[in-house]
Amino acid sequence: MDKELKFTWSDILKYGAIAGVVAIYVILVGMVEAFNERYIISETVNLGQIALFAPVFLLGYFAANTARQIKSAGFAILASALVGLVGGAFVAALLFLGTHVNLREVFLNVSPELLGILHLGQEAMMGAIVVNLIVGAVVGFFGGLFALAPHKWSNALLVGLSIVLLMGVMQELMSITFGNKDWYKPIGKFIYAQKGLSWGGAILFLVLGVGYSLWRSSGKFRPAARVAKMPTKQRLSISLAAWALGLLILLALPRFLGSYPSEILTTVGIYIIMGLGLNIVVGFAGLLDLGYVAFFAIGAYTVGILTSTGKLATVGWSFWMALPVAVFLAMLAGVILGIPVLKMRGDYLAIVTLGFGEIIRVVVLSDWLKPFIGGAQGILQIPKPQIGEFVFKKPEQMYYIVLAGILLVGYVAWRLRDARVGRAWKALREDEDVAEAMGIHLVSTKLMAFATGAAFAGLAGAIFAAKLGSIFPHSFNLIVSINVLSLIIVGGIGSLPGVVVGALILVGLPELLREFADFRMLFYGALLVAMMLVKPEGFVPEKTHARELSEKEPLAPGIEPETPARETI
Amino acid sequence: MLQKFMRKHDTTDIVMWLIGLGILVAVLYGSYVTLFVTQKYEPGVWLDFTIFGLAQGSVYALIALGYTLVYGILFMINFAHGEVFTGGVFTAYFVAIAMEKSGFIERHWVLALLILMAVAMTVSVLVAVVLERIAYRPLRGAPRLVPLITAIGASFFLQYTYRGIYGSGVKTYPDFPALDGKLNLLGREWPILTVQALVIVVAALMMVFLYWYVQKTKAGKAMRAVAEDKEAAALMGIDVDRVIVNTFALGGAMAGVAGILYALLFKQVNAFMGFIPGIKAFTAAVLGGIGNVPGAMLGGLFLGIVESLGPSLILDGLGIPSPYQLKDAIAFTLLVLVLIFRPTGILGERLSEKKA
Repeated sequence: MDKELKFTWSDILKYGAIAGVVAIYVILVGMVEAFNERYIISETVNLGQIALFAPVFLLGYFAANTARQIKSAGFAILASALVGLVGGAFVAALLFLGTHVNLREVFLNVSPELLGILHLGQEAMMGAIVVNLIVGAVVGFFGGLFALAPHKWSNALLVGLSIVLLMGVMQELMSITFGNKDWYKPIGKFIYAQKGLSWGGAILFLVLGVGYSLWRSSGKFRPAARVAKMPTKQRLSISLAAWALGLLILLALPRFLGSYPSEILTTVGIYIIMGLGLNIVVGFAGLLDLGYVAFFAIGAYTVGILTSTGKLATVGWSFWMALPVAVFLAMLAGVILGIPVLKMRGDYLAIVTLGFGEIIRVVVLSDWLKPFIGGAQGILQIPKPQIGEFVFKKPEQMYYIVLAGILLVGYVAWRLRDARVGRAWKALREDEDVAEAMGIHLVSTKLMAFATGAAFAGLAGAIFAAKLGSIFPHSFNLIVSINVLSLIIVGGIGSLPGVVVGALILVGLPELLREFADFRMLFYGALLVAMMLVKPEGFVPEKTHARELSEKEPLAPGIEPETPARETI
Repeated sequence: MLQKFMRKHDTTDIVMWLIGLGILVAVLYGSYVTLFVTQKYEPGVWLDFTIFGLAQGSVYALIALGYTLVYGILFMINFAHGEVFTGGVFTAYFVAIAMEKSGFIERHWVLALLILMAVAMTVSVLVAVVLERIAYRPLRGAPRLVPLITAIGASFFLQYTYRGIYGSGVKTYPDFPALDGKLNLLGREWPILTVQALVIVVAALMMVFLYWYVQKTKAGKAMRAVAEDKEAAALMGIDVDRVIVNTFALGGAMAGVAGILYALLFKQVNAFMGFIPGIKAFTAAVLGGIGNVPGAMLGGLFLGIVESLGPSLILDGLGIPSPYQLKDAIAFTLLVLVLIFRPTGILGERLSEKKA
């Protein structure tokens, strides 16, 4: 880094101003008010307050982190507190302005309720301003403290707080689950209050998180290393047992969770199937496909048309007969749409596939094809899958179809990854010209990637149609493609476990937080940008891809890469 | 002979040609049926369609300039440019409403229009510059898909930011009474709406200004130098970062004006309005040869006219019901076809040869 390190008083102002602007953004965009009712800790801390003060905390952290490299620790702490003070001043200024000028004409969210929240419990304007300043400074101070604490401790605290946050957010869901069975009702009573965690629960999770993190970093927790040392036979049986246990848990999950969480898991599962498919196209072969939703739609519409018993009923097949047709048609579409774009690379490919997706959407919505696929009214009365007398009616039962789909698709993707064609895809991703020179047949390799990805999406679409029982063109817009793209990027491009992690984070969490729905795409957008800036390889990176993206020379085995400076949390 | 032919072109090429031929036949047949068989439309209608096409095409052209300028310098598709456009016109809406309430628009409509443009330009420039600073600058030199994904993320982020801040409803721009009806000039009535004439004239002025700026001013020269070769330009003492910011700002300013013109034509604004015009403008930029300033202008006008004539001329002839619903599909099909058959565009430049 050629930038000269310095940290002066004007930097404090700069950091503070950034914190203030971000906090005002969070307020104006409506998050503070929307999240205000979501309590993390009963009656004390809610998500709105966290959203409001997170920028101050973060900027305080960054300020202290930069300052301590040049100045003393005391100065760093002071700086972060001052940064918080400035940030608080911005919020206070907005409060003052909002009370005296009618901002609501332009900024929809500056409602009296919001201003009430910004008062932070103080009646008088003066008191509210002072409290805002003080709280800002205190939060900034803690941000600074966090930056100065030893890595081990700050890390542990972060893990603990994240767990508390997660458990708090999941309160509604977990309360239902805990209410399900008699024997774990008392646990639920202890952990959760009416809204959010009880104090006991919060402290319990914090201690658990911190303890776990400290234990891990102490170096005694190395199950993988211990297993690796065992003789082959024992190792195999252990991994087999682990797989069996995992499968058993997955199979038993709906029984414990109940209906609503199973519903969420099915949605997540459908996205996992799609993610695994797009992961082949984007992650393995490096072909950025923004029209991926088209194949999902083809799968769903095929099942819809073939099985529907409603107005648009045709042959009235069962789900199981329609399923292979749906997958096959999606695959065919993948090849057909793949042929024109064979010669295209990078960003042009992305735009053309986006164009395909939009063309299909517009055509489906039009009156032209309405007699066949229902136009904007969609297709209704799609029967549920059925085996013999057993009907997959409830979400707990659909879960198993999705699970089977994931296992199948995951197995295929996993086997393909290291097979000949998988290696060809990766070669393609790294450098098309070199790959061709090495004897890889570009046309068939690319078409194979498009076809496989499309087939997976077709499967996901088929299950989606059966799950909902009715489909509408509005379920198949560009946003779905972007969602799937986001989840594989967050998880790690090209990484199979990454898809699962990404889907759980990006699809599962928003389902838990209903207030979040309005900000979902906002977060996805921000997340895409942030991931590309900070962690382009994703949270569960694939090895070769991480190396490629970090743009360093490949390291010889045995040489550890330099540990990067602690810049981000 | 067939063998020789097959050796030169592989199967995919032939498939592509067949597809292209099929579309060409469909276009010709559709137009023929509409013009000579059904004759549903009166001849005067086509003139109206063309003028409307020119008007919306000039809006596309102005937006397309932003894509083309940025692509010419950074070789990246600024996917969020449609949202730069939205930011200006959506923010100016509130000014417009205030001016309507106070009766300012009725008294001094020219001044009101200028103020609106100034506001829209300022906001659009601001959004474009901040976008460059936060999202794109740190990624210079990253693999090519990385900035594109960032741009997609930024696009959605901005859309939903506007939605969060200004609300999700569709808002209607106030009326400019002075612009109602047909154009009355030089003592006679012309077969063109005043609004459309104004849009075309303003857009033409902006394009002339841009052309002059890029070709004649020092800043424009620096821009062209950076587009040619960044390292060499830096060695010649050009501040590359600054030139890039300038480029984004210039594109933003054009998008701001385009926004107001769009509002004059279509009246309605909302948080997601920029997406479709953005992709269409990108189509226009590619049509004209991306990186090429006059090309973007031509491409925009062409696309505008095709989109305006296409549904009734081609689709109606093919017997497709309510063809106007497929207006966007025509633009996207054009985009796909151009990218497939002639990625260098009408006025193709050598740079797209190596980049496409």
